Amino acid sequence: MSSYVTPDGRTIGDVLLEVKNITLRFGGVEAIKDISFDVREGEIRAIIGPNGAGKSSMLNVINGFYHPQEGEIWFHGKKRRAMKPSQIARQGIARTFQNIALFKGMNTLDNIMTGCFTHMHTSLIEQAIWWGRAEREEYRYREKVEHIIDFLEIQAIRKTPVGALPYGLQKRVELARALAAEPKLLLLDEPMAGMNVEEKEDMCRFVLDVNAEFGTTIVLIEHDMGVVMDISDRVVVLDYGRKIGDGVPDEVRSNQEVIDAYLGVPHD
Amino acid sequence: MYYREAGDFKTSYRADQQNFPIRFDRIHFWVMMVLAFGVVPFFINDYWANAVFVPFLIFAIATLGLNLLTGYCGQVSLGSAGFMAVGAYACYKLMTSFPDLNFFVVVLLSGGITAMVGTAFGLPSLRIKGFYLAVATLAAQFFLVWLFNKVPWFYNNSASGQISVPRREMLGIPITGPETAASTKYLICLIIVFVLGFVARNLTRGRIGRSWMAIRDMDFAAEIIGVDPLRAKLSAFAISSFYIGIAGALFFSVYLGAVEVGEAFGINNSFLILFMVIIGGLGSIYGSFAGAAFLILMPVLLKNVLVSGLGWPSDLAAHLEFMIMGALIIIFLIVEPHGLARLWAVTKQKLRLWPFPY
Repeated sequence: MSSYVTPDGRTIGDVLLEVKNITLRFGGVEAIKDISFDVREGEIRAIIGPNGAGKSSMLNVINGFYHPQEGEIWFHGKKRRAMKPSQIARQGIARTFQNIALFKGMNTLDNIMTGCFTHMHTSLIEQAIWWGRAEREEYRYREKVEHIIDFLEIQAIRKTPVGALPYGLQKRVELARALAAEPKLLLLDEPMAGMNVEEKEDMCRFVLDVNAEFGTTIVLIEHDMGVVMDISDRVVVLDYGRKIGDGVPDEVRSNQEVIDAYLGVPHD
Repeated sequence: MYYREAGDFKTSYRADQQNFPIRFDRIHFWVMMVLAFGVVPFFINDYWANAVFVPFLIFAIATLGLNLLTGYCGQVSLGSAGFMAVGAYACYKLMTSFPDLNFFVVVLLSGGITAMVGTAFGLPSLRIKGFYLAVATLAAQFFLVWLFNKVPWFYNNSASGQISVPRREMLGIPITGPETAASTKYLICLIIVFVLGFVARNLTRGRIGRSWMAIRDMDFAAEIIGVDPLRAKLSAFAISSFYIGIAGALFFSVYLGAVEVGEAFGINNSFLILFMVIIGGLGSIYGSFAGAAFLILMPVLLKNVLVSGLGWPSDLAAHLEFMIMGALIIIFLIVEPHGLARLWAVTKQKLRLWPFPY
């Protein structure tokens, strides 16, 4: 299956990331059992499932925090060897966290500028002298970061320490930091958790805009079914570390196993 | 002149990210520099140089160094005085082995050697954090002092076990040794402090400083945006030790002249530098200077007030001085745990709104 165009006019390309038969164990506990799925270029791919289903573990495997005992990860059509998270970041995978993981001691601007780290190359000596290359590089990326700040509408909090920001804005700054890395694949771990309806709508719009504007492929974990069904192209459903469903939202919604996992099955 | 940014519009990123965004600060800073470079050297005497200015400047370098490591990169170190000893002994060995080498080159090389030693002792930081790392660096402190006592090669087999600085001249002016003028000592330290302060500021506002702060604030989030913890932590240890090594070299060659390692570079000095960092403010260049000034000037001031002013016996005053210093430190930590830098920032915030705070 090659590229196709979605009803809303976005082009979905070839497979960007493929996880094959991943099994992850912590001692005797199997957090992920033999899971395979793929993510196509330009797609918004949702991972859903009840608590403890292995969704976050799956993201941790993709960006290298966990090393699965079995299985392979293919990125850009090449099998990925075992790498440190910082190396994987350099390949173009960025993410946000379920519990906000911002740098509390810095202001919004510095947090987002840190996201550019992999693209900045001036050496220690050049940094120490500052005038010249280091300064030029700094302002070049400052300009890029300002575009992201405009895009996510956080101009007013540019110089505010992130610790002083309300929860919804912190989530947005975290998204901005991930975007500053100009990722090919963006992993969002519950970007709308703990938000009110209005903030959720804002966040949905930003996720869709990021996908449409930058063409970023997005994998997101979310509990709000309405959101998932509305914005994602395809959905993977996990339960107790197993994959129980995979497909477009309508297919998944009518899958009996998925309904059982979410609503529970009467024991008779 | 009002202290505020209103009406001072920035039209470029360069203007927005400059060191002193408020004009009043900018003018103040340059006035201070002109005073420090152009006026003080003509009026300084031996007492002021040896009791106040030279120790302040040297400890400011050491505090800057430790602040880069602890304040910016979040790695606690109790080995500062040990690293100062490395700088001092490197300086001594270089000066005696290569008598013709320029003094500034010697100081720079001493910093470089200390950076290598510091990086080696920073290796445990890749595995351990917080208190445990502090204990590991404490080992560096004791090991280094023991090493410099134990191996005669380091003090050129001198009978006393001390090292003393040979006389060196530059442009016909003595710059080390007993005949050095107060103003020369002061200027040497001031130039080095100025350059190192500038470098510290540059490092902390750019890519490398941000990678340090990222490691300090949230190490796993730093990793997923591409910061390699190994490189960030070891570079912080290297730069920090470079600064502390230079401070040690100056402490020995310019300030003391002759050094016995256990006395000059004992654990007390490690703690003193750590106190300077904490009282000045973690993660602040300004705070490093403020902390060093506070802990150097306060005892001098107390001594002058108690002995010369009130006429107390000097031994009583010396004990009282310890008590007052201790009390001050505790009060400080309770009232403003973020140090003098935060206090200063709050004052500036208030000044911006003055006289209409609402």
